[in-house]
Amino acid sequence: MKANEIAALLDEPACAHNQKAKSGCAKLKPGATAGGCAFDGAQIALLPIADVAHIVHGSIACAGSSWDNRGSQSSGPALYRIGMTTDLTTQDVIMGRGERRLFYAIKQAIDSYRPAAVFVYNTCVPALTGDDLEAVCKAAADRWRVPVVPVDAAGFYGTKNLGNRIAGETMLKYVVGTREPDPPPIDSLRPHLNVHDINLIGEYNIAGEFWHVLPLLDELGLRVLCTLSGDARYREVQTMHRAGVSMVVCSKAMLNVARKLQECYGIPWFEGSFYGIADTSEALRSFATYLSDPDLSRRTDALIVREEARIKAALASWRKRLQGKRALLYTGGVKSWSVVSALQDLGMEVVATGTKKSTEEDKARIRELMGEDARMLDEGNPRLLLETVRVYRADILIAGGRNMYTALKARVPFLDINQEREFGYAGYQGMLKLARQLIRTLESPVWQTVRQPAPWAKPREVVDGRN
Amino acid sequence: MAEISRRSKPLSVNPLKTSQSMGATLAVLGLNRAMPMLHGSQGCTAFAKVYFVRHFREPIPLQTTAMDQVSSIMGADDNIIEGLRTVCDKAKPAVVGLLTTGISEVQGADVSRVVKAFRERFPEFRGIKIVTVTTPDFEGCLETGYAEAVRAMIAAWVPPLSNAKTRPGRRPRQVNVLAGASLTPGDLEVLKEIIGGFGLYPVVLPDISDSLDGHLSAGEFSPVTTGGTPVSAFSTLGDAAATLVVGASLQAAADLLSERTGVPDYRFEHLFGLEATDALVTTLAGISGSPPPSRLERQRAQLQDAMLDTHFMLGQARFAIAAEADLLNAFSHLLREMGAEVVAAVVSSRVPILEQIPVDRVNIGDLEDLEKLARQRNAEVVIGSSHAVESARRLGLPLLRAGFPLYDRLGAYQRTWIGYQGTRQILFELANLLLTHGQHEDNIYHSWYSQKLDNRQEAVDHGLTEASLDSRWQH
Repeated sequence: MKANEIAALLDEPACAHNQKAKSGCAKLKPGATAGGCAFDGAQIALLPIADVAHIVHGSIACAGSSWDNRGSQSSGPALYRIGMTTDLTTQDVIMGRGERRLFYAIKQAIDSYRPAAVFVYNTCVPALTGDDLEAVCKAAADRWRVPVVPVDAAGFYGTKNLGNRIAGETMLKYVVGTREPDPPPIDSLRPHLNVHDINLIGEYNIAGEFWHVLPLLDELGLRVLCTLSGDARYREVQTMHRAGVSMVVCSKAMLNVARKLQECYGIPWFEGSFYGIADTSEALRSFATYLSDPDLSRRTDALIVREEARIKAALASWRKRLQGKRALLYTGGVKSWSVVSALQDLGMEVVATGTKKSTEEDKARIRELMGEDARMLDEGNPRLLLETVRVYRADILIAGGRNMYTALKARVPFLDINQEREFGYAGYQGMLKLARQLIRTLESPVWQTVRQPAPWAKPREVVDGRN
Repeated sequence: MAEISRRSKPLSVNPLKTSQSMGATLAVLGLNRAMPMLHGSQGCTAFAKVYFVRHFREPIPLQTTAMDQVSSIMGADDNIIEGLRTVCDKAKPAVVGLLTTGISEVQGADVSRVVKAFRERFPEFRGIKIVTVTTPDFEGCLETGYAEAVRAMIAAWVPPLSNAKTRPGRRPRQVNVLAGASLTPGDLEVLKEIIGGFGLYPVVLPDISDSLDGHLSAGEFSPVTTGGTPVSAFSTLGDAAATLVVGASLQAAADLLSERTGVPDYRFEHLFGLEATDALVTTLAGISGSPPPSRLERQRAQLQDAMLDTHFMLGQARFAIAAEADLLNAFSHLLREMGAEVVAAVVSSRVPILEQIPVDRVNIGDLEDLEKLARQRNAEVVIGSSHAVESARRLGLPLLRAGFPLYDRLGAYQRTWIGYQGTRQILFELANLLLTHGQHEDNIYHSWYSQKLDNRQEAVDHGLTEASLDSRWQH
């Protein structure tokens, strides 16, 4: 990928991070950086497309240490969980055999698995040796009559975030608009009900959580043309250009897709979240608003009234147990406020929230929810997090999986909120799971057990998360 | 305090109970060069033998007095004498365990009197010890039969304090261990190791870890056990510094041993979980006067870490358990320690510990009861023997195999459950069962409007292969 193309991607006009003096994504600091590379980001963004053969073109570290480690669920094919890589060797690198190997690797994937399409992810080594990914993919596609899409996001191009964007850009360039949507199945049509087509961008169906929301969309007559990319199929991605509206779910990373769908196809978009009762309702209302269908608005309002009443009744007993419990939230971007509202819905108090990846707009929402004195953490090293837990007497730390063991080692109750988690919290129904999981850890007797010294030991100070 | 629900139906379906004679057999198999002999019809022995052979995957010495029609009516004393003579003559055991069964108890056999007669008639076998145990199968269960056998051994071979030449503490490093029926050979190995780590010398009785641990011995064939507690060890029990009792079922045996020897005893209902193991380690530190070895400290820290890692799955998870009382009690304590719930608890027999098991209700019943309760109360995991496999399958739940018998898994008989390390493995396994069973996976939803072609013929025609069609692929 050319330098000017990368620069263009970094300069995302729709991104609120990009509207201050310090524009674009920050440069990385050697020795003090945690987070994935562009390849990681691209792979994360597209891997959930379930019927595609995802081939990582590179030496083993790239695919070898990353395949099949996401919590995205599929309702059908499991091809996306099969790890494929060209596993380049010294000879391939020295003799320039990478392209040839890739060409036959694509053939093998097609012969063995009959994928709907093949995605080829570039990585650092072939990017440096100069393999012509695009040419190989084109030749393979012509030869075997299966779409072969080059995803040129080698690790050194930049951050995970950039990789997400490259992935989105690649879909727009090669896939979106290559097929017209099927007509809705006849048996799904109901009299006097307009079916609208929508896109969801940045929804990954972690632990199947989107299946809490999808039935509601069906009920409202909102046909999901495609989720990019949770439980998606290649043929769905092809039709994204025909949606009436796009929702960017909980992530800034693929804003470029939403923006370009608007520029090229006139599809309006909005940002929203399915975490928490208030946000789920808000997201459903937004669809109706953007689609300007008064009947849909009316039905949406009715559904919201019904669902909110139902879930609040179901949560009543859980709320009692969670009432007044104090949480420290440390998570990226949009989730910094969307999860706050979910926790408040459960009667909990959020004592501080992480804002490392949040925009000014995000921070404004946080103040709205938590008050003007909301404590925001711009940085989240383990020591600071634990310190904050102690100072603010938090009962639980809610953060991404990588902080889980920090918390556990310090004997602090923890809830995993990021991509690798094993539980789905989206939608009204997800709130029940969230409540249950919070109770599971908060009320677990193990905390008491692990905070006590061995009975034969002399009393000594044991690190206690609470003070 | 658990509420006890008694057996409430005439038919026992998929029984959980194992007979007392079998329990006593197991205890005798923990003695060295032993031969258990069931006083009953030959079927009593044949079934018991097959049961233990399948569980341990070992040859099991077990004989029968082979009561027949005539002896059942007219008296089977001759069968006992003939049986004892044959066993003593042919197998040359160090000890014979003569265990009664339903038929001989109903008949009213006076086994000790017959043994006395045997001694008079065959003085040449005086070197061979004989212990008789009353174990009708219309009472109790495996655990009680086992406990009764241990009590009988103590009664037979530990001399009363008045005329014993023993003195508590004369062997300051010796620790007697009364090992309950729920302990496996693997458990006993670990227990001996833990005790040894304090510089103490354990004398375990009975010690199935020395006889039924599945070892290949030098000799080709032995008609009797090739390991276990030597009978001679019983006369040393009175010299020990302390006695550890593991299993609530052994109360009566422990009372008798304490009365006979005066050796102070420390009783543990079980050794599952952090709290129970801590109690054991603290006790041993007290007896030995030395601090726990660093290895134990590390294992304890490892268990604590595992408790944290697994509490996400085990917290409030719902368990259905069918086991004998000691094992049920052990699991219930461990699960309570983890914040899990035992929603169905079934035992085979009424024993004193039941009320104290930390669950709401204990049902005396069978595996059909377990199945019903598990279904009613939405259990997520079943704990039971290999007999519970089908119940678990019908319930659609994962099964942790524990108890008797375990015939469909190699090595299950020797699994270590106790101590910090054993507990850690249980926690991992239970958490994994919950994970892989996918109870956390949301139910898949297919949109009415979906453009996906996964299940349509076109998709298959377009060559979606098995791997790409299979969405139930596990993590």
